[in-house]
Amino acid sequence: MILNQFLLLAAFLFCVGVYGVIVRKNAVLVLMSIELMINSVNMNFVAFAFYNDNLAGQVFALFAIAVAAAEVGVGLAIVLLIYRNRRSVDLADLSEMKG
Amino acid sequence: MISVLSASEAAPVLSDGFFLGYTWLLPLASVIAFAFILFFAKKIDKRNAAAYISIAFIGAQFLFASAAVVQWQVRDKVVVVAHEAEGAEGEGEVSSDGEANAEPAEEAALGLGTSARFAVPTAEAEGEAKLRPAVEKSVTWYRNGPIDVEVGTHVDGFTVAMLFVVAFISLCVHVFSREYLRDDSRITHYFASLALFTGAMFWMVQSATTLGLLFGWEVMGLCSFLLIGHWWEDTTNTNAALKAFFTTRTGDIGLLIGIVITFFAAGETFDMAKINEAALTGKMSQWICFVAATCLFAGVVGKSAQFPLHTWLPDAMAGPTPASSLIHAATMVVAGVYLVARLYGVFWMGFSIEVGGMNLGAWVGSITLVMAAALAFVQTDIKKVLAYSTVSQLGYMIMGLAVGGWAGAIFHLFTHAFFKALLFQASGSISHSGSHHSFEMERMGGLRKHMPITFITFTAGYLALCGLPPFAGFWSKDEILTAASANDFKFAFYAGSLGAFMTACYMTRAYTKTFFGENRLHLFHDDHEAHAVAVDVHDSHDTHAVAAHDDHGSHDGPHESNWWITGPLAVLAVMSTIVGLLQWPGWLGLPAYNFEHFIEGNVFEETVLKAFGAPKFDFAIAIPSTLLGIAGMIVGVVYYKVFNHDAGLVKRGGIFGLIHKVLKNKYYLDHLWTGVVVGSIKGPIAKGAYWFNQKGLDGVVNTAGSTAVGAARFVYKYIDQGVVDGAANGLGSTAHGFGNALRRAQNGKVQNYAAVFIGAVGLAALALVLFV
Repeated sequence: MILNQFLLLAAFLFCVGVYGVIVRKNAVLVLMSIELMINSVNMNFVAFAFYNDNLAGQVFALFAIAVAAAEVGVGLAIVLLIYRNRRSVDLADLSEMKG
Repeated sequence: MISVLSASEAAPVLSDGFFLGYTWLLPLASVIAFAFILFFAKKIDKRNAAAYISIAFIGAQFLFASAAVVQWQVRDKVVVVAHEAEGAEGEGEVSSDGEANAEPAEEAALGLGTSARFAVPTAEAEGEAKLRPAVEKSVTWYRNGPIDVEVGTHVDGFTVAMLFVVAFISLCVHVFSREYLRDDSRITHYFASLALFTGAMFWMVQSATTLGLLFGWEVMGLCSFLLIGHWWEDTTNTNAALKAFFTTRTGDIGLLIGIVITFFAAGETFDMAKINEAALTGKMSQWICFVAATCLFAGVVGKSAQFPLHTWLPDAMAGPTPASSLIHAATMVVAGVYLVARLYGVFWMGFSIEVGGMNLGAWVGSITLVMAAALAFVQTDIKKVLAYSTVSQLGYMIMGLAVGGWAGAIFHLFTHAFFKALLFQASGSISHSGSHHSFEMERMGGLRKHMPITFITFTAGYLALCGLPPFAGFWSKDEILTAASANDFKFAFYAGSLGAFMTACYMTRAYTKTFFGENRLHLFHDDHEAHAVAVDVHDSHDTHAVAAHDDHGSHDGPHESNWWITGPLAVLAVMSTIVGLLQWPGWLGLPAYNFEHFIEGNVFEETVLKAFGAPKFDFAIAIPSTLLGIAGMIVGVVYYKVFNHDAGLVKRGGIFGLIHKVLKNKYYLDHLWTGVVVGSIKGPIAKGAYWFNQKGLDGVVNTAGSTAVGAARFVYKYIDQGVVDGAANGLGSTAHGFGNALRRAQNGKVQNYAAVFIGAVGLAALALVLFV
């Protein structure tokens, strides 16, 4: 088995995720992009675990999935509330933090 | 998780006895009482419900403690000394079942397994079995790598004696408080704190580890804060509470450091028995022991109110009197003494007690006992007299421990608890019924006719404190003096003797002022706002008590308190009279040194007691010290009664006036702490600079005349405005500019932030790859 394939795929996924986070205006899509990044990391974990014959990575990946689920739950709830308040989930409109 | 030591080889197994094995129920009960009172007592439709609940709990705890005493006493007879101790030590079996604890057989094995090492030295002693192994149990609190942090109980004679005295005094205090704080607006808080306080002390004295001890120690600190500040409407009370808290906390820094040092030096263990063993067997070097003992001693100095951190204790009199009685008799302040006695191995080696001469502990104890006794002479407030007397007696205990009188010091702790609790409660009784909620001795006088029971019981406590035979204080004080003399601590011995004399003298002053002569209360009768007359500015509690008690105190003149108050007084008076006989030196064929035999049974037997032997009763010490006590009383009577008051001599000025002034100001230690130390931390550097600027520089400028003025103007115009201000303004505007520039980055666009973040992480990763 060649580790490179998995790593390259993961890197590609990660880049897609980064692109999505930075560029997309829709908050839901940004959240999805974040999921992509998390899963690319998970893939690395699993790949390395397999490669090194060590279960720790897989366990870690499982934890990461659980945490990601919780995180996306919170994120979607926030997005929902924002939508209720402003009838829009466009990130460009959300600049309350401007200093 | 409970780690059970398999001690099957260490048969024959002796039963630990329920009350010795389950002492942890005592603090648990206190915590339950605390929670119950706090959350439910107000809901019960009965006035003062908190008091009754609390008394019921402490009553049960007292019975439990008494049963433990009996079981420890008979343990003597049933002990079969184990021979194979090593086998029991090493192999630990882990049972993950929490309920395993409840299985008596395993417990017995556990207790014996750990304590068997104490039994080893006497195994040869023909089965005489004088040395009773302690009952130990522990559970693993948590594991950190290879270190098991355990929490457990170590119950030996010393612990049982402490449990008994704490339960006894606390019971008396609870009953007393029922009347004294009747209908107080925060009675639930009061009783809840009292219960928690007692529980913390219970926990501390049975704890097997330094961590457990620290826990009890700190909870007590918290509860003392709550109790001293019980009437917090008055600023002086809150200040006193804060002072007590912070002062003891100052010492606790040392305690924490000491615990950490002993933890590592004794091979990563918090177990106090192991720490003692390590110290006594030389596993900890003498130098380490010295550092550890000194650090721990800092905690002791704070908690047990030793010089120079004793200043909190007299202020702590702001609390309700029964709480003072508990804090200053049986619990908090003796915690420090207890710590020294419990970790005696460390102090023994660290202070080189075996060598004799003097050591840190002996110095501090001696200084404290003389200094505090001197302070007691100038107090006008009876509680303050007792407070300084407490400090002085604590000095005795510390000195006793530091001169090798282990058993004597503990015995003094034991007897002192009874008679000091008695004296405090008697003063509370006076204030409650005899002097309109004031502790000023100016308002007392002649109370022996009005309050006969309080008078008689106070007399018992007074004689015990003065050390007259056969009262309790005589036996214990003598034992400490004997130890100091026999172990060649000359200075400590003389300080102790001087202290005995002074104690008798100042107590006689207080005694005669309170109970003899004319009653002076009517002089103050119309004057509830008597602060102008009251000599001591610190007499905060009396106004308070007036506010809190006005509804039920009869103001018709002094009268006896009711039995809720006199009952505990009577019981304590009886104890103060007879408890010293526990150390009966064996005359008339009666059993000798019962108390000593009771508290022995610990690791010190082989080293400490062997080095000095337990000091035996010695007429050569007892007779002079008794005579000193009597002399003190006579001097006191002559000086204060015949010449009527302390005003004459001291007010004339000269050397006596000076001494009086110094004592009045408590050696200016308060000024040192609050004024100099705390004040300097609060930023007098700025103040000092300001003062220097205003007074120093301006003065120079004025006297130097117009040239200097011109120069100053020049300096102002060019240097100050130009250079200094310029620099300051320049810095300001630079910061402003930077801020403005950076502000643009904060554009509120989350995705920009994300981009910057990811970019930075990318750069960091690149750096990692390239340079590491």
